[in-house]
Amino acid sequence: MSESAAATWGKTGSYLDDQGRGNGLMAWLTTTDHKRIGLLYGIAMGIFFLVGMTLGLLIRLELLMPGQQFYDAKTYNVFFTLHGVIMIFLFIVPGIPAIFGNIILPLQLGAEDVAFPKLNLLSWYVYMLGAVIALTSLFAGSSPPDTGWTFYAPYSISSGGSVSLAVLGAFVLGFSSILTGMNFIVTIHRLRAKNMGFFNMPLFTWGLYATSWIQVIATPVVGITLLLLLMERLLGIGLFNPAMGGDPILYQHLFWIYSHPVVYVMILPAMGVISDILPPFCGRTIFGYKAIAISSLAIAIVGYLVWGHHMFTVGMSDTARWIFSLLTFLVAIPTGVKIFNWTATLYKASIEVRVPLLYALGFIFLFSIGGLTGLVNGALSTDIHVHDTAFIVGHFHYTMFGGAGIGMFAALHFWFPKMFGRMYNEKRATWAWGLIMVGFNTLYFPMLIMGIMGMPRRYHDYLPEFQIPHAVSTVGSWILATGIILMVVNIIQGIRHGKKAPNNPWGATTLEWATTSPPPLLNFAKEPIAPKDGPYDFTGRKPGESHEEVLT
Amino acid sequence: MSTQVQNTNAGHVHKDSIGAKTGMWLFLFTELLLFGGLFIIYAVMRGEYTHGFHAAAEELNVWLGVTNTVVLLTSSLTMVLGVSALQRGRAGLAQLYVISTLFLAGTFLLIKFFEWGAKFSHGVFPGMEHLHNLEHGEGVFFNLYFMMTGLHGIHVIIGMIVMVVVNNRLQSGTITRANQGILEYTALYWHLVDLVWIFLLPLFYLTN
Amino acid sequence: MESTNALQSESWDDEPGGHATHHHDEEELHPVADEKQFKVFVALIILTAITVGASVMYPGRIGQGVAFVVTPLKATLILMYFMHLRYERAVFVVMFLVAIAILATVMGLTFLDYLFR
Repeated sequence: MSESAAATWGKTGSYLDDQGRGNGLMAWLTTTDHKRIGLLYGIAMGIFFLVGMTLGLLIRLELLMPGQQFYDAKTYNVFFTLHGVIMIFLFIVPGIPAIFGNIILPLQLGAEDVAFPKLNLLSWYVYMLGAVIALTSLFAGSSPPDTGWTFYAPYSISSGGSVSLAVLGAFVLGFSSILTGMNFIVTIHRLRAKNMGFFNMPLFTWGLYATSWIQVIATPVVGITLLLLLMERLLGIGLFNPAMGGDPILYQHLFWIYSHPVVYVMILPAMGVISDILPPFCGRTIFGYKAIAISSLAIAIVGYLVWGHHMFTVGMSDTARWIFSLLTFLVAIPTGVKIFNWTATLYKASIEVRVPLLYALGFIFLFSIGGLTGLVNGALSTDIHVHDTAFIVGHFHYTMFGGAGIGMFAALHFWFPKMFGRMYNEKRATWAWGLIMVGFNTLYFPMLIMGIMGMPRRYHDYLPEFQIPHAVSTVGSWILATGIILMVVNIIQGIRHGKKAPNNPWGATTLEWATTSPPPLLNFAKEPIAPKDGPYDFTGRKPGESHEEVLT
Repeated sequence: MSTQVQNTNAGHVHKDSIGAKTGMWLFLFTELLLFGGLFIIYAVMRGEYTHGFHAAAEELNVWLGVTNTVVLLTSSLTMVLGVSALQRGRAGLAQLYVISTLFLAGTFLLIKFFEWGAKFSHGVFPGMEHLHNLEHGEGVFFNLYFMMTGLHGIHVIIGMIVMVVVNNRLQSGTITRANQGILEYTALYWHLVDLVWIFLLPLFYLTN
Repeated sequence: MESTNALQSESWDDEPGGHATHHHDEEELHPVADEKQFKVFVALIILTAITVGASVMYPGRIGQGVAFVVTPLKATLILMYFMHLRYERAVFVVMFLVAIAILATVMGLTFLDYLFR
C-alpha cells in the first residue's frame, strides 16, 4: 500500500493550479490536499454563516420595537433555534480548525499533509451531509424546530417541529468534528519537522492540539445524548421524559458536558491565532511561550469541569452549584495568563499596525469583555439574576463571536496572502474592521445592560422600558452586517484581483511562511527544518525594519 | 481508515504504523465516551429507582447473560490469537481464528435475538404498551437495557462485517504480516466491544 | 536571519541524504505468547465466575461490591494483555488514562448533583 515516490519534496507551483487532474469541480471534490479541503470548508462555512447571519438580522428586526412587527412568536422561536444551530454546529465549532487548521497546520509543522489525508476528505463530506440535514429541517415537516439550539427535554421530545432532522444533522456533524480532531492529534504527534519538539511548535498548533483533544473526548457525549433524543422521539424511550420516569435535568447534564467544553473548541484555536499574529507585528517573540502553551491544555482540561454553571437555576443540589461555581472561576486563570502574556508582548514593542493586528487587538478587547461578563455568570448569586436574560446572550456573543469569530477574521486576514498568493485591499479591510467593531459593540453591549435590567432572552416581545436598548442593538446589527459584507467582498476581490503577495509579507517566523505564497501541492520545495531557537525568534530584527519580503 | 501516513523524512511516503495505531486508539476513546454517557444515565437512574431496577432485573435471564459473557471473552481470545498468528507470519492460522471469532460473535447475536424476542413477545419493548405501563423504575430499566444492549449489538454487527472483509483479505493475501495493522486494529475494536459487555453484565444481569 | 526559516538556512542539507534522524516508524512486532493470553483468558473466566457466584449467593451489597471491584479488574486485564497496553509505548497508556480520567470526573461531578439533593 505504500508508494515510494521519488523525493516528494521539490515540486513547485501552486496547489491552486491544475495538478494534472484538471481543475474542475471533480478535482476539487476528490482532493486529499489539506489546503484544498480547508478551502472547501471555507466556502461552505462562509455560505452557512451568511444564512445564520440573515436569521440573526431577522431576529433583531422583529425586536426593533415592542409588539409584533413582522412575524409571530412561533416563527421567532424557529429563527433563534436555527440561528443557533447554524452558527454553532455549522460555523463556529468546525470554525478555525476546519479552515485554517486544515490549511495551515501541516505547513506550520513542516509536513506534506495531515496524517490521514483521505480521512480528511471524508470529514468534509460528513460535515456537508450533517449541514444539509440540519438545513433541511428549515423546510421539512410541519415546521422547523423551535426548541432553541439546546433542544432541552421534554419540549424537544413533544415538539411538533422537525426537531429530529436538526438533531440528526447535529449528530452527523459531530462525527466530522471527531475525525478532524483525530487527524490533527496524530499529525501533531507524528509529522513535526526536524528540531520541532513539542515546545518548539507555534502556539497556533498548540491551540489546535488542545482543541483536538476536546473534540475527540467531548463530542461523543453529545453524540449519545442527541441519539437518545432521537430515540425518545421515534421509539418512545423515556429516559429524559418525566412522564415516563425520565429525567430532563439529566439531559441537561449530558448536553452541557459536551457543550461547555465545545466553547473551548471554539476559542482555543482563535487564541492560538492571536499568539501567532502578535509576534510579527510586534517584531519580537511572544512573552511567556511555555505558559501560553500549557494554558491551552489547562483550559481544555478544566473546561470539562464547569458545565453545571449552565444549570444553576434548574434544581441542582447546592453542593453541585457552589463547586461548579468555584471550578468556573478556576478556568479564568489560564485564560488570564494568555491575556497578560499578550499584553506583555505588546508592551513597548515596535508595533506595526496592519489589518491582522487590528483584528487581534479587537479579539483581546471583545473577548475580555466576554470573559469578565462570564465571571458575573459564574458567580452563583449574580447568575440567579442574569440567567436566561439578554445578559447571557451578550456574554456568549462577546466570547463566541467577539472571540472565536473575530479570531477567524484575524486568521483570514493574516494567512490570506499565504493561501492565495495575493493581497487584499488593506484600506477597505480596515474600514470593514472599523464597521465591524462599532457595529459589534452597538449590537451586543445593550444586551448586557438590558439583561441586568431584566430583559429575558428568547422572547419575541418585551416591555416598553427596553425599547431604546433594543432599537440601538438592532441598528448595531445593521452596522455589523455592513462591515461583514464589506469584509467578505474585499476578500473575494482580493482573491480575484489582488496584488501578488510575497512569500512572507509580514516578516513572520513560523514555517508556513518559509514556502511560497501560495504553497506548492506538497507544501515545501525542500524538507523544512524548524528553527532551533523557538518559533518566534526575531533576534537580529531591527525595530522598524521593513516587513517586505524577507526571503527569495 | 487509511493507514498510509506520510512521513517527512527524505520525502518518502512511509507507512506510519504508530500513527495509525494512535488514530485507532483515539477512535476507541470516542467509543468509550459514547457508551460512557449511557453509563452515566444508568448510574443516575439506578440511584433514583433502586427498587424498580432490582425488580426489572429479575426478568432477565442471568445464565444467558453469563453465557454471552463467556462467548465474548472467548471471541476476544480468538481475536488476539489471530493477531499473534499473523504477526508470526501465519496468515492461514490467523484466518481460522478470525472465522472462529465470527462464529462466536454470531452466537452472541443469536442469544441476544432470543432474549429480545422473549421480551418483545411479552410486550416489553420500546414503544410497546406493556413497557409503557410498567412502573417508572422498571420502564427506565428496560429502556436502558434495550438502548445499551442495542447500541452494543450494533457494534457487534459492525465488527462482524469488518471481520468478514478482513477474512477475505487474509484469504486473498491482501493482508499479510507486512500490513497486519488492519487486523490488529480490528482486534482492538473487538476487545472494546467485549469490554463494554463486561460492564453491561453486572449492570443488567447481576442486579438483584 | 538564520532563524527565520528553513529555506534560508543552509543547515538543512547537512545530514547526508537527510536520513540521519530517521525515527522508528515501522514498529517491530512483538506478539505476546499464546500461553500468556490463555492464562489471561482463564483468569477472566474465573473472575466472571466469582462475580456471578457472589451475586447469586450473596445478593445485595456484597454481590454488588464484588462486581464493582472485579469488573474493572477484568477490564484492566483485557486492556493490558489483549489490547497490548502493557507492552505499548507510554504515550498510549497516558492517552488512555486521560480519557478514562475525564469520563470518571464528569461522572463524579454529575453525582455531585444527584447525591446531595
